[in-house]
Amino acid sequence: MSSVAATIDGADIHAGHDAHQEHHHHETFVSKYVFSQDHKMIAKQFLITGMIWAFIGGLFSVLFRIQLGYPDATFPWLQDILGHWAEGGKLKPEFYYAMVTMHGTILVFFVLTAGLSGTFANFLIPLQIGARDMASPMLNMLSYWFFFLASIVMFSSLFVQTGPASGGWTIYPPLSALHEASSGSKIGMDLWLVSMALFIISSLLGGLNYITTILNLRTKGMSMTRLPLTIWSLFFTAVLGVLSFPVLLSGAILLLFDRNLGTSFYLSDIVIAGKIMPNEGGSPILFQHLFWFLGHPEVYIILLPAMGMSSEIISVNSRKPIFGYMAMVASLFSIAILAFLVWAHHMFVTGLNPFLGSIFVLLTLLIAVPSAIKVFNWLTTLWRGNIRFTPAMLFAIGFVSLFISGGLTGIFLGNSALDIHLHDTYFVVAHFHIVMGVASFFGMFAGVYHWYPKMYGRFLNNTLGYIHFWVTIIGAYLIFWPMHYEGLAGMPRRYYDFANWESFNMFGGLNEFISTVALVVFVAQILFVINFFYSIWRGRKVTTQNPWGANTLEWTTPIRPGHGNWPGEIPEVHRWAYDYAKDGNEFIPQNVPVGEDESKH
Amino acid sequence: MEQRKKIHPYKFNLWVAMGSMVMMFAGLTSAYVVKRNQPNWQVFELPHLFWYSTAVILISSVTMHLALRAFKKTQKSKYRTLISVTFLLGVLFVVCQFIGFYQLQQKGVTMQKNVSYSFLYVIAGLHVIHLIGGVIALLVLFIKAFSKKVKTYDPVPVEVMATYWHFVDFLWIYLLLFLMAIR
Ligand code: HEM
Ligand SMILES: [Cu+2]
Repeated sequence: MSSVAATIDGADIHAGHDAHQEHHHHETFVSKYVFSQDHKMIAKQFLITGMIWAFIGGLFSVLFRIQLGYPDATFPWLQDILGHWAEGGKLKPEFYYAMVTMHGTILVFFVLTAGLSGTFANFLIPLQIGARDMASPMLNMLSYWFFFLASIVMFSSLFVQTGPASGGWTIYPPLSALHEASSGSKIGMDLWLVSMALFIISSLLGGLNYITTILNLRTKGMSMTRLPLTIWSLFFTAVLGVLSFPVLLSGAILLLFDRNLGTSFYLSDIVIAGKIMPNEGGSPILFQHLFWFLGHPEVYIILLPAMGMSSEIISVNSRKPIFGYMAMVASLFSIAILAFLVWAHHMFVTGLNPFLGSIFVLLTLLIAVPSAIKVFNWLTTLWRGNIRFTPAMLFAIGFVSLFISGGLTGIFLGNSALDIHLHDTYFVVAHFHIVMGVASFFGMFAGVYHWYPKMYGRFLNNTLGYIHFWVTIIGAYLIFWPMHYEGLAGMPRRYYDFANWESFNMFGGLNEFISTVALVVFVAQILFVINFFYSIWRGRKVTTQNPWGANTLEWTTPIRPGHGNWPGEIPEVHRWAYDYAKDGNEFIPQNVPVGEDESKH
Repeated sequence: MEQRKKIHPYKFNLWVAMGSMVMMFAGLTSAYVVKRNQPNWQVFELPHLFWYSTAVILISSVTMHLALRAFKKTQKSKYRTLISVTFLLGVLFVVCQFIGFYQLQQKGVTMQKNVSYSFLYVIAGLHVIHLIGGVIALLVLFIKAFSKKVKTYDPVPVEVMATYWHFVDFLWIYLLLFLMAIR
């Protein structure tokens, strides 16, 4: 064990000389479970922190759906748990906005960015490329702890007297820039910005490690074109993050200055409650540019890992090679490039020059091409496959279904002429929840069900998995599909109460229905959480090294790999990851040398 | 199995990190350009002291480079002197920048007065923060160089340091030229 432990010690990864082989790693509780530098443990830390956040963020959505579904009812128990935020058993408007904002922030950043990329980039990159750990295990550990600090700050903002940030997850100024503008624009907003700055540092530290590791620490024979698609997608995710998060950081810094140091980057000509503000010469639109320059890549940061994992899981469980591997890589690449060129489609109604707008329409609609290629390839991989409907596979197929549904509505929104009508309505809410929120959650669930045996040496319970899947997919469509109709009818998003609009009264029953389903889906997620924690200790034990019959390298490690992943030498790679159903073999792992009489692929 | 290595992973990490720092400043400078084309923009003069600080940082880049050379040739005392000089020059640069900001304020160019001034403070200020990070790293190398206990022959930390130091140097030159050319 000592030699393995020594070579994974960050400084030695490169060295190759064996001078340091003597010293032992004494693993204490703290170094193993808390300040761990083992990528697998860090992955679990990200996953479990993400799950806690998902529970909180999900709970918030249930709370504000109560308001939307039953605007006239009062629930005394709400006051019991929320105190003055729900006086008389009804959410206060301020609290409603706080909940919506926190729900978006938590799920977009803390769950689907940190929880998703953080978990699977950490877990899968070294295991699938054949490395003992990340390029810098130290930075990797710091990445988690910055995330942890960000979490603490964000969590504490929930408890301040004036409440957390409440201007929406996009925190547009001037609302977010002036303390006087709302109660959520006070200290809660500063905590939001500080927390996000810490979060950005965390994802930069993580991202640069992922990139470096993928480019530099691949095992012998693992050329870039032999990488599993999971790794490709995590690679592009990291590149997007490293290039776009710093821009959000600069936008956030300017906002902090405007809030606390009297500058006017985003502010001009503002009157609040009859009082003229001194700020002059700024432009709130500037913030939107900076925000969406991150914001759009961010949605792909959330989506790409789900795409990669679904590709892998679909191929493994169809027992067929992935269709169009190079096309899959190329479309990931073009999606990553285009992600930087379309941010203004969130700003069609800001007074954007219509000519410029039409360029952004064109670039936006171009994304449909690589997206369609990917969908085509998933479907052709499934086509006449020898499909094993494991829970992971169901979630991966569910991902494809959701991506199709949500991508189609993107094409509506991408046309600026239609978007003028649809912008800031429930149509947008439906679009991005299906294509980003639920779809990426499905990718994440697929990943958890598929790699759980590698993480904990035990299986998740299948029956609970099937119930979880069916309730979630049916529920997700029941929740978000009707929202398209509400949006087409013009019902605006981010409103506390629609009582003043005669025309939206017809949606009263529908809103009630949506809220009820949301509650059911939330309960189904608790089922998953129970399954997850129960199975860590009590799940069915994994007895074979490669339970799914998969080709990738993580299944060549021991059932419960130690720090360093492979007890002996790292296996050498001789082929791509998708030799399924080849020459009469059901599958041929990547580390098997190419036989004499084997056909070329 | 021996891992393949073209460039040391720590250095590669640094290059990616520098890429993201560039994006941050690109974000700020493009916001600056956008804002400048709108009404109410006031032209500012940079403090004279910035010229001296620029000279200081340029010289420190040279001494850093020489320090790295000395380290690689295991010329210990030469390395010690050069790394100390680099560190002191770094501190001097930081001091110059802060005095520069002070002079600006004295002249009435305060951060709140106009967006153009605010940008000047934010851009130059964020640069100084990045540079202070470098100065702290230099301090660590400096202590290591004079410590009796730690004996290091591994050039990687010094190489990483040198790369970062040249980076914050070039970044400053770029920002200075930018602020001069586009006011
Ligand atoms: C064919 C592909 C797509 C097109 C053409 C498209 C287009 C658009 C447009 C034009 C908007 C702005 C709507 C508005 O605010 O008026 C929008 C919003 C959004 N899209 Fe997409 N989209 C596509 C795919 C995606 C994907 C794959 C994701 C995520 C993984 C995504 C996530 C989002 C999010 C989060 C928002 C709303 C952000 C907000 O305002 O809070 N979209 N989309
Ligand atoms: Cu977008």
